Amino acid sequence: MDASIAAILTLDGITTGAVYALLAISLVLVFTVTRVIYIPAGEFVAFGALTMAALQAGRAPPTALFTLGLGVMVFALDALAAVRAGSARGLLRSAGWNLVFPLAVWWLASLPALQQAGQLVQVALTLAVLVPAGPMLYRLCFAPVQQASVLTLLIVSVALHFALLGVGLVMFGAEGSRTLPLTDARWAIGAVQLSGQNLAVVLTSLAAMGALAAFFGRTLTGKALRATAVNRIGAQLVGIGPARAGRLAFAMAGVLSVFSGVLIGPITTIYYESGFLIGLKGFVGAIIGGLAGYPLAVAGALLVGLIEAFSSFWASAYKEVIVFSLIVPVLAWRSLTHRGMDEEDPE
Amino acid sequence: MTARLPNPNLNPALNPRASTTRLWRMLPVAALALASTLATAQIKVGVTLSTTGPAASLGIPERNAVALMPRTIAGVSIEYIVLDDASDPVKAVQNTRKLISDDKVDVVLGSSTTPNSLAMLDVVAENKTPQISIASSLRIVDPVDAKRMWVFKTPQNDAHMMTALSQHMGDQGFRKIGIIGFNDAYGEGVITELGKLAPIRRLDVTVVERYARTDTSVTGQVLKVLAANPDAVLIAASGTPAVLPARTLKERGYKGQIYFTDGVVNNDFLRVGGKDLEGAFLPAGPVVVAKELADSNPIKKVALGFTKMYEDANGAGSMNSFAAHGWNAWLMLERAIPVALKTGAKPGTEAFRAALRDGLEGIRELVTTHGVMNMSKTDHMGFDQRARVMVQIKNGTWTLAK
Repeated sequence: MDASIAAILTLDGITTGAVYALLAISLVLVFTVTRVIYIPAGEFVAFGALTMAALQAGRAPPTALFTLGLGVMVFALDALAAVRAGSARGLLRSAGWNLVFPLAVWWLASLPALQQAGQLVQVALTLAVLVPAGPMLYRLCFAPVQQASVLTLLIVSVALHFALLGVGLVMFGAEGSRTLPLTDARWAIGAVQLSGQNLAVVLTSLAAMGALAAFFGRTLTGKALRATAVNRIGAQLVGIGPARAGRLAFAMAGVLSVFSGVLIGPITTIYYESGFLIGLKGFVGAIIGGLAGYPLAVAGALLVGLIEAFSSFWASAYKEVIVFSLIVPVLAWRSLTHRGMDEEDPE
Repeated sequence: MTARLPNPNLNPALNPRASTTRLWRMLPVAALALASTLATAQIKVGVTLSTTGPAASLGIPERNAVALMPRTIAGVSIEYIVLDDASDPVKAVQNTRKLISDDKVDVVLGSSTTPNSLAMLDVVAENKTPQISIASSLRIVDPVDAKRMWVFKTPQNDAHMMTALSQHMGDQGFRKIGIIGFNDAYGEGVITELGKLAPIRRLDVTVVERYARTDTSVTGQVLKVLAANPDAVLIAASGTPAVLPARTLKERGYKGQIYFTDGVVNNDFLRVGGKDLEGAFLPAGPVVVAKELADSNPIKKVALGFTKMYEDANGAGSMNSFAAHGWNAWLMLERAIPVALKTGAKPGTEAFRAALRDGLEGIRELVTTHGVMNMSKTDHMGFDQRARVMVQIKNGTWTLAK
């Protein structure tokens, strides 16, 4: 191990750490607002990359139909509620978001002109296809049990993960795909080769984190989300609905996860199962941040990326063991220094 | 209809149509009797494949091949019961038990992976049911003892493939070899086999690295391999995840020879790998290069015939060697079932299963898509040298290595 190898590994670790950081942020966001440990975030990573691959291969992405299917289910629930309440208020809006929008996006994504219109358009289409699925999943799976304990929500989350795995296999098949890189540029600094793609990953992650910080600090909606995260009942008392906050949190987690998928697609082959492990490593990063603070979560995710890169050099057979064993000392330290406020206590 | 059923509840004084009622009562019994004679003439084939999970790229083409298998043979109908074991040995054993005890199958096809097939051995031996496995390891059928006498397999043994691979490496003059493999049973199997064969070919395996199927980067492993500067690197992986080390090696400037195993033989791998795979060697069954085989080779006709049938059903370019392994199981049954029926045993009975096992063991000179099969009491795989060729990836397609 000399300096150049260490430099290469550090660069590699930071790149993957940046992707894990995006996932860690989305996990912390969803957990603080809704108390859901959002394991399906990993599936959104894989779906994002595979949707991009489908667009680049000139095919209509099957995920557009998936979102449409979810939209139909949500609309059916809304219609049922409208029938029960005896009023059609809000049904038109529901139809617009859950039926018309996914349908329009599906039609747009099947147009060859848009499929070949360049990377930015493809990314925009991928986001338009997948991001609405987040709030729909919240409405279908988590909103009915939003008052339940964290354990129940975790069980629902894991069940949803398995369901999405099956859906992913049907949509994309067992084999994987790669997407085209954003840039093929390469710079050599000494013995280290800096690739434009890796730089793009780190820069876009930083930009996403900056945008998120601005959103939470400067906009009313962001502050409302933060309020819900701090104290849900208090936020409800001042007029911030938990359902709306939950949907927004899931939508933002969707944006971050799909974005991670788009960033990681050119670097490695993604297939329907790849998302789970990526999400899990983001989760390890979030745990290091105590599932509460964003800066610590980002730092934790970067640490995971670096440790993974270095242990893949020194002891590649035990790399996974080393990365996941990180949780043990962190949890031990946290439980020893914890000042004793139980999460399940009445707020 | 001549036997009169004893019917104490029928009082002819109260029921003037007692005789007609008796007739109606006998009809369902007669129908069932007729149906059961039809049912015993039906052969049941139980299939458990890994169509989901990490081995899905093996199981899905095999299931497509099962869908193409004929539904009758020698005037007897065949029913296929297909179950998915999700690449999990526990589930594979559960499926096998269900197939044998609930569905009373005459033969079990499966599973797609070595751990699953090994787990199924005990169950099929205990219930004296023949098993045709579609997995790669030699240990599934060797040595042929009391348990393994019931088990046969269609793919070439991994030892077979590794012999061809190591021989090619030795012939090309490579001495220092590096391996990057999966950190699961597949990678372990390949690494162990090559380790056994390396001394014979005077190969020196200087570095062995592992990576996980879902890894996003293998930079560390590749750097370690490059530091050892081997003449050739073997990537012991299957399916599209095998592209990642090849790409990383090329990116890091590796100029030596890259080898793959036969686990990558599907066209998705070529699609994802693109230019990074150019020039790589791998051992494979002849079915992928069927067009280039000599016309005098009997395998060519069977392989091309199956390729056409499979691609007509599943799309051009969908052909892969795992589907061919699945189809070979049918070719074996096509030979063995008439032999078993001729002994007079009825399907669904233990005698039929034993006769079927004998029929499978007695297969001689069966031309399959991958090779010519000759089973024997000590060899339940049956392939010889003709069943493997060295293939090179040139211009994004499989070509016969010169």
